[in-house]
Amino acid sequence: MKADIRVALVGNPNTGKSTLFNVLTGLNQKIGNFPGVTVDKKVGYAKLPDGRTAEIVDLPGTYSLYPKSQDESIVFSVLADRHNPLTPDLVVVILDATNLKRNLLLYSQVADLKIPVIIALNMMDLAKKSGIAIDVDRFSKSLGVPVVPIAARKLDGIDQLKTAISYANKFALQEDSIDVRSIAPQLIASISDELSIENPYFALQLAHQHETLKFLSAEQSDRIEELEKEHSFHSQKAQGSETIARYSFINELLYDTVKVPVTAHDETLSNKIDKILTHKVFGFIIFFAVLLFMFQAIFSWASYPMDRIADAFVWIQNTLNHVLPPGPLVSLLVDGVIAGLSGVMVFIPQIAILFAFISILEDTGYMSRVTFMMDKLMRKVGLNGKSVVPLIGGFACAVPSIMSTRTIESWKDRMITIMVTPLVTCSARLPIYTLLIALVVPNKNIWWFFNLQGLALTGMYVFSLISAVVVAWVFKFILKSRERGYFIMELPVYRMPRWNNVAFSMYDRSKSFVLQAGKVIIAVSIVLWVLASYAPGDRFEKIEAKYKQPQYTQGVSADQVNKDIASEKLENSYAGVLGHVIEPVIRPLGFDWKIGIALITSFAAREVFVGTMATIYSVNGDADNMQSVQEKMRDAKNTQTGQPVFSLAVAFSLMMFYAFAMQCASTVAVVYRETKSWRWPAIQFAYMTVLAYVASFVAYNLLR
Amino acid sequence: MRLSQLEVGEKGIVKEFTDLEMSVKLMEMGCLPGEEIRVDRIAPLGDPIAINVSGYQLSLRKREASTIILQ
Repeated sequence: MKADIRVALVGNPNTGKSTLFNVLTGLNQKIGNFPGVTVDKKVGYAKLPDGRTAEIVDLPGTYSLYPKSQDESIVFSVLADRHNPLTPDLVVVILDATNLKRNLLLYSQVADLKIPVIIALNMMDLAKKSGIAIDVDRFSKSLGVPVVPIAARKLDGIDQLKTAISYANKFALQEDSIDVRSIAPQLIASISDELSIENPYFALQLAHQHETLKFLSAEQSDRIEELEKEHSFHSQKAQGSETIARYSFINELLYDTVKVPVTAHDETLSNKIDKILTHKVFGFIIFFAVLLFMFQAIFSWASYPMDRIADAFVWIQNTLNHVLPPGPLVSLLVDGVIAGLSGVMVFIPQIAILFAFISILEDTGYMSRVTFMMDKLMRKVGLNGKSVVPLIGGFACAVPSIMSTRTIESWKDRMITIMVTPLVTCSARLPIYTLLIALVVPNKNIWWFFNLQGLALTGMYVFSLISAVVVAWVFKFILKSRERGYFIMELPVYRMPRWNNVAFSMYDRSKSFVLQAGKVIIAVSIVLWVLASYAPGDRFEKIEAKYKQPQYTQGVSADQVNKDIASEKLENSYAGVLGHVIEPVIRPLGFDWKIGIALITSFAAREVFVGTMATIYSVNGDADNMQSVQEKMRDAKNTQTGQPVFSLAVAFSLMMFYAFAMQCASTVAVVYRETKSWRWPAIQFAYMTVLAYVASFVAYNLLR
Repeated sequence: MRLSQLEVGEKGIVKEFTDLEMSVKLMEMGCLPGEEIRVDRIAPLGDPIAINVSGYQLSLRKREASTIILQ
């Protein structure tokens, strides 16, 4: 869509910026990435009263133009870099009217960049309720910018804001807030001079941020560094005096325009809720109850839609097989691409439900309380209070969880969280565990109501959390970091969740999951299909010739013959050959070549295991036909000893392997994307494979 | 007197900081010299703490709070 004017939304976190963005753009928005970084870029379009279209860019929430995380660093680059394709014509700064002082810091920084600015004074309804009186006209006059009072949640003032956007000036008319030049007079002068920059605050920001700004050339950055040395510029000291100057400007402004009631603070509702939710005892009980409810929901609510999606894919595969003429291309489409896609799609309900919960927990402000309660505990093992969110999310899927670690400012804490999140039992492991547990653990109750199989499954979940914590603790000593972790975080007041926001987050996260994981899974399933469908030399021809001879088909149903052919072909395919090649390596773990094939195919995605098992044990059906896979696996006998292949030892050894091994191409891809290097996914893959092997070996030899 | 020494419900006025890097971050969040701070809550495990400053609630670890010297 072509827009006539580009508008950027800027504001602190928790000011209702996303709400305003949704209100302005409706569902007319799309999410992409900012060029070069993995920060979500939200762009939408709004119709203005004069008929023009405005492109609205939602920039990440930040407290200041000095970034503390990757997301925040985008704000300055987009606003200041004139060559950035997203540079706005106009900035709408959203201020929380109930918390103006801290909000105005960011405004005054943005204003000093001399970009045309409008202020949207949000939460006016709440401000009125708490008796805060704002003289909007005077406020607007002192700053020299249009100020529109709004209440985004109630849709108050939105039309006025759109009108203000359409009347916005092409030129920045705002008054200076502070005397920027006085902070570092000579340095600002020389940078402005050498890089021909007009705006002194832009020059000052370059001095602070030049090392991380992508739009500066290496020579420019080096030159700024030299100039800093020449004028003995101290970044932190300069930033400190800038902040103090800005706040004194803000205090003066607020003194003239805002009256806050001086009533002795009565206990706010948020405080009362906090007394219960962060209580020494109840706080933790409530937290675990919330978690329990969440898992229950993820598993029980999602099972119906997941089954329907699986059914739909089976139907598509059957239909295509009937409609299209048989041949290698159709087989690639049906057994490779569509089979691979269905493996991704069935997880949509779980991802959507998980993100509905996470978005509710975040929206209400409860998540920051969890962070607050858990920080000390998490810090002991080298994590951070904020690691709780990705670790919980890891029970559903590591991919979105690793994406959610971006809120962790400390590099070391974030890396450790990324490294251990895939250890948490994700939903893809669930079908494997249930299949193997059902094979070897008797389905009976002990004591009163503890089902043995249920206990085994719970044990695997608890075990995964313990191993994540232990590994994190080990990484704490290995990773070296010069920066200090810190935990300065706003505790927003409790609010009701915005339900359309929750719905949008479900839709949005599911979409990006499908797009990201989908690409990898399709690619890998094509490769696997090729490996399983072709054989070196003329092996397949020999097998087919063999089954043309009557001694192999007599007294056997045609169905059975086809299954026998399929399973013998698999053994001789490239995948089967590979299975035989790795058999000596996995023999100490109790695995044979067939399990070997499943292990290899599972490196694309864990859930492939059940499907591969189904094919190998020549079950004429699909991965959802669990009962028959289970029966076949139970009946499978070792050809030499006559003992069942899946003994207690082998089953637990396999579960240990799946608990630790990094068998998920999507996770590898997302770790690469988030860390921007192959080093971290490589380290992660290596340590997890070693752990998997050792744990399997121990389990097999203990239980044998 | 440091911020970390205040009990729940007690107030103090920020005088200065002992750590430059931390002070820059704290000041951005509104903890400036001359500003009144009230301790609202201490996390169940004793750390971090929640304070009320310039009209909103901020949480920080005790170690970070100990860099704030009160009048």
